[in-house]
Amino acid sequence: MDDALSTEAEMVHARPGRLREFWFYFRENRGAVIGLWIFAAFAFLALFGPWIAPHDATAQFRADTLVPPFWQEGGSWKYILGTDPLGRDMLSRLIVGARYSFFVGVVVVSIAASGGILIGLIAGFAPQWLDSIIMRIMDIILAFPSLLLALVLVAILGPSLTNAMIAIAIVLQPHYVRLTRASVLSEKQKDYVTSARVVGAGYLRLMFITVLPNCLAPIIVQGALSFSTAILDAAALGFLGMGAQPPTPEWGTMLAEAREFILRAWWVVTFPGIAILVTVLAINLMGDGLRDALDPKLKRS
Amino acid sequence: MLNYVLSRLLTFIPTFLGVTLISFAFIRVLPGDPIMVMAGERGMSDERYAELSAQLGYDRPMYAQFWEYLTGVLQGDLGNSFVTKRPVWDEFFSLFPATLELSLCAMIFAMALGLPAGVIAAVNRGKFFDRALMSTALVGYSMPIFWWALLLIIVFSGNLGWTPVSGRIDLLYYFPDPTGFMLIDSIASGQKGALVSALRHLLLPTIVLGTIPLAVIARQTRSAMLEVLGEDYIRTARAKGMSPGRINGIHALRNALIPVITVIGLSVGTLLAGAILTETIFSWPGIGKWMVDSIFRRDYPVVQGGLLLIAVMVMVVNLTVDMLYGIINPKIRKR
Repeated sequence: MDDALSTEAEMVHARPGRLREFWFYFRENRGAVIGLWIFAAFAFLALFGPWIAPHDATAQFRADTLVPPFWQEGGSWKYILGTDPLGRDMLSRLIVGARYSFFVGVVVVSIAASGGILIGLIAGFAPQWLDSIIMRIMDIILAFPSLLLALVLVAILGPSLTNAMIAIAIVLQPHYVRLTRASVLSEKQKDYVTSARVVGAGYLRLMFITVLPNCLAPIIVQGALSFSTAILDAAALGFLGMGAQPPTPEWGTMLAEAREFILRAWWVVTFPGIAILVTVLAINLMGDGLRDALDPKLKRS
Repeated sequence: MLNYVLSRLLTFIPTFLGVTLISFAFIRVLPGDPIMVMAGERGMSDERYAELSAQLGYDRPMYAQFWEYLTGVLQGDLGNSFVTKRPVWDEFFSLFPATLELSLCAMIFAMALGLPAGVIAAVNRGKFFDRALMSTALVGYSMPIFWWALLLIIVFSGNLGWTPVSGRIDLLYYFPDPTGFMLIDSIASGQKGALVSALRHLLLPTIVLGTIPLAVIARQTRSAMLEVLGEDYIRTARAKGMSPGRINGIHALRNALIPVITVIGLSVGTLLAGAILTETIFSWPGIGKWMVDSIFRRDYPVVQGGLLLIAVMVMVVNLTVDMLYGIINPKIRKR
């Protein structure tokens, strides 16, 4: 009898899993769910692009240069979205190009977030003087417009996709430092941290096991937002000739190559841009959904 | 209050030194020897190389060079461009009005559309207008503006032939530019059609550069308005029977504007980054294009000086916004 009662009580009071709870709130935002699906498709193309693409992304069909998309006069089903000035299939290049943007997003966010979180944790726990020094350095990086700083950094390191990623990661990292530090400072005041300290937890344990998990919500949202910023900036650098180099089918680089044909062949310019826009839009939609789902203040009770 | 201002000013000094150090250090690690760049294709004898190196101070220790650079910067001396041989300072300020004019127009465009859009969305929260406006804003926010520029060129310059593709004014017109602002100078010149030509050149770059600020302002205005509309004094105003237009337009918007103005002030950096792309695409002779060209030409003094001046400008604007915010909102001061 007692047993039955207690299990029943447990069932009533058992909290749904964190993930479950998150999904409950995330699902309410229809835009975010659409964004998630598009992002999933984007990730799928990034992983399996070369096997899905109808043609080789760098193969030049010299007989078929600047073929329009299939629904226009002169277009054919062989090249669904037409071909570029060198006779390369647009659709294949776009599909294979997904992997560069995805890669840029993943690498930039990993570098910027891991570095930023570490520095932010240190700043939050460090004595006043070290904290001030770290934050001044971050202020200095933030004083430069991000694209300009990335541009100069790439000019120093030499134009390539790898260097563009490093430059963008450096530029985005101060945002993580500031966010982490701010959450650490507010969490540090709370009783559970004091009690952990009283029990004898060392600094490393306090930083990574006690405090960090409770600071993650805003960092995750920032992660989504900087994923899209990274894709945009890398494409912009590619467009300026300072990112991925031709013949890489990176979307920004494709736009740069297509620039002189804008008045003759609209499809060469239009499709890579749509690819960038849709991807970035999907990630931003997801980011908005994440923010609403993770921010307890906004949750409708 | 004075304490607040002073403490803010004090943090400015180390940041300024750091920015100077970074723009100095960048150029020292750039690949390629600056002196060989000056020599160009012809090459240079060893004696001449040593002579130039001594003349430019490159043979001295790093810290001495930095000290010299810093004292030069404080006196407004940023060195001369390798390519044009003119002082970087002069070049910057002769091109700056073009960027300022474009940025101001973009900002006016963004505010003129963004503020009403945000207010309308907030007032119609959850309804059709709100959704349509906020979806559009998110698209604008996600826009790769270099592609947006090409698209607008295809439609308005290519298909419709309404706007020119590059520059600030038709070559037909030539007049002195005392202010550097094409709109003002073209009126002052009194030449027929000059102003129209300048406006037509300005239209597309303004839209392109203003798109992201427009989206940001619309989103920010909406969320600030929603917050304010929930306040007690709005309910009181409503209870008194005040018209919705008056409540939304005057009581609510005025208070919602504070965070919006901060966002506008802080978007100077975004605007300058956007100017790099916009000016490059439209061949707009401002500092964005100047910086990109100099990076490609490896014109080190220009890259160095431009980087520094732009960063200092962003810092000054941010500092001003911070202080204004402190004046408006006393809660910020205590920290």
